[in-house]
Amino acid sequence: MGVLSAILTLTLLAGVFGLLLGYAAVRFRVEGDPIVEQIDALLPQTQCGQCGYAGCRPYAEAIAAGEAEINRCPPGGEAGMIALADLLGRDPVPLEDEEAAAKPKSVAYIREAECIGCTLCIQACPVDAILGAAKQMHSIIADECTGCELCLPPCPVECIDMVPIRETPETWRWPYPDRKPWLQEAGDA
Amino acid sequence: MPEYPKPAWDFHGGLHIDDHKSESLATPLREAGIPTSLTLPLQQHIGQAAEPVVQVGDEVLKGQLIARASDYVSANLHAPTSGRVVEIAERPIAHPSGLSAQCIVLESDGQDRWGELPEPIENYREADPADLRERLRWAGIVGLGGAVFPTSVKTNTTGRVIDTLILNAAECEPYITCDDRLMRDHPGDVIDGALILQHIVSAGQVLIGIEQNKPEAIAALQAEIDARGLNEMRLVVVPTKYPSGGEKQLIYLLTGIEVPSRGLPLEVGILCQNVATTAAIADAVLRGRPLISRIVTLTGEGVTQPGNLRVAIGTSIRDLVNEMGGYTAQAQRLIMGGPMMGFALGSDELPVVKGSNCFIAASREEIPDPVSASPCIRCGECVKVCPAQLLPQQLYWFARSRDFDKTQDHHLFDCIECGCCAYVCPAHIPLVQYYRFAKTEIWASERERAKADHARRRHEFHEARLKRLEEERQARLRKKKEVLRKKPASGGDPKKAAIDAAMKRVAAKKAAQRPPEQSQGPEQAPEQEKEA
Repeated sequence: MGVLSAILTLTLLAGVFGLLLGYAAVRFRVEGDPIVEQIDALLPQTQCGQCGYAGCRPYAEAIAAGEAEINRCPPGGEAGMIALADLLGRDPVPLEDEEAAAKPKSVAYIREAECIGCTLCIQACPVDAILGAAKQMHSIIADECTGCELCLPPCPVECIDMVPIRETPETWRWPYPDRKPWLQEAGDA
Repeated sequence: MPEYPKPAWDFHGGLHIDDHKSESLATPLREAGIPTSLTLPLQQHIGQAAEPVVQVGDEVLKGQLIARASDYVSANLHAPTSGRVVEIAERPIAHPSGLSAQCIVLESDGQDRWGELPEPIENYREADPADLRERLRWAGIVGLGGAVFPTSVKTNTTGRVIDTLILNAAECEPYITCDDRLMRDHPGDVIDGALILQHIVSAGQVLIGIEQNKPEAIAALQAEIDARGLNEMRLVVVPTKYPSGGEKQLIYLLTGIEVPSRGLPLEVGILCQNVATTAAIADAVLRGRPLISRIVTLTGEGVTQPGNLRVAIGTSIRDLVNEMGGYTAQAQRLIMGGPMMGFALGSDELPVVKGSNCFIAASREEIPDPVSASPCIRCGECVKVCPAQLLPQQLYWFARSRDFDKTQDHHLFDCIECGCCAYVCPAHIPLVQYYRFAKTEIWASERERAKADHARRRHEFHEARLKRLEEERQARLRKKKEVLRKKPASGGDPKKAAIDAAMKRVAAKKAAQRPPEQSQGPEQAPEQEKEA
């Protein structure tokens, strides 16, 4: 009798909770994968494709699906990789392309005298940061440029340069205070 | 030193340090000469840089607007003397980075001719506070205590009730005496400005917080208050303790009210302004003059005659030093600001800006080279002296390991960078440097995040646009295909259709003429169409 009632109670409970969960799954259904949003929020949105995907969002989707490593985003740098590792509970991995990550942040600049107005760069720009029309000189809106370099290959006259962004007193950062080697040892141990 | 009644409240921590004020107070206030060349940075305030309204080659008069506030949080800039604009270009400015910024370079004509000025508002009590604030905005007045926040913005109470206006006359940092000098020599201006401010924000009472190491300034202000019979204005003498001039610290000292973490004094019904700012306000309202000069302390063992000068904004520090008899042999380093919160300058060919209150040409004994830091021994001295009641040691660990989220959890942004913790640290750890490092890193990452979000929106818009264009193209193609498909049904050749239509019309006419054969025409037409 005791066993029977226990089995009955548990079955009943399981049934009730199953129904509850089933209802919740339908009622509070989340459209899309929230983890993709979170990963996408950590990516630098340069849309440069250096990760091998068509943009930041496809890369985020690939990471979420477990298809891609978290170390393939050079613009995000090590800080970005560590943020992704924290979010996903994965181990940090060295960046795939250290050289690209070490590049200073830049914006594209069109040498306007040489531009022939072919509009190829305008079509390549993922954030519509290039202004111009067919057979008219093109110009880059520096504030909108993400420095993805996607406009460089299509340019038939190679009139686009990448210009490093200059530091101003407003964007300047205090340097990390000097440390003595032995202090580093003592502190970080 | 006379004894004053102790205020009811005392803020946590703080330091009693040698004030070194007497050196620069031995001589009266001097008027500095107008140099031949003035360099005026467009950004001398918090907010957006001003926009030049003059061009290279323009002749300008003293007090003429040369750069206009470009945003709500921004400030106007006026010509400190008459002359010619010779350049608008990047010049090195007094900034810890040693970087350059856009400046207007003015060549003085030596005549110091005033331009047209707005009418003085003598009867300010009758004036609309909004008009008075507009006057402050025109005059380019910013907080002269060092924070350089536009005063017209700070006095916008956004509908909140201000019951207390506090005048910050504490001047707690060692060496600096420009406010002391101002109060001794021009107490009337300070009080006038305070009354104007009181009218603008309609504050019930005015408290002037001053450290007790300034007996002459206290006497001068008290005499002015008594002479005018101001009942709602009270001078509160506070003990000499650094940093009693910190805004939140002074508010607590005077009223016992704590300003919330990361909050503004406005939220607790208080407005705090520096005395030099109120004097500038009096100048702007009662005399219609813009902020084109300020009192600067030049002191330290490295300068021949330490003292205070009224200097035109844009004068180079070197001109200032020459005015005070030049450097002595002991001069080793140049500091802008005080020894606690100031920063070292790499050159003296930098302009005085609205926020420059003091320059110290220090000897090696006064400001020694930094001693190399040793490991933290967790003594907790820093916690004892922190006037913001933070945990400097924790902040240090987190800033050092670049764990910026944790630094923010420990209220890094409530740190006023007063330097008390670093001053008492027996391990000589440059604590404030770590906090400044962490703060600027956090700001940089916030900027990057904002830029990334912006880029994401633009990219999404770009994608949506491409999709829309593609859909439109598809729709056009579909339409064309449909038209092509329909055409054979309607007779294929448009010429033939036109002929058919004409034939129909003729048949109809004939039918009308011959009523008995009426039905022939209309029946014929559909048949023809079917055949086609």
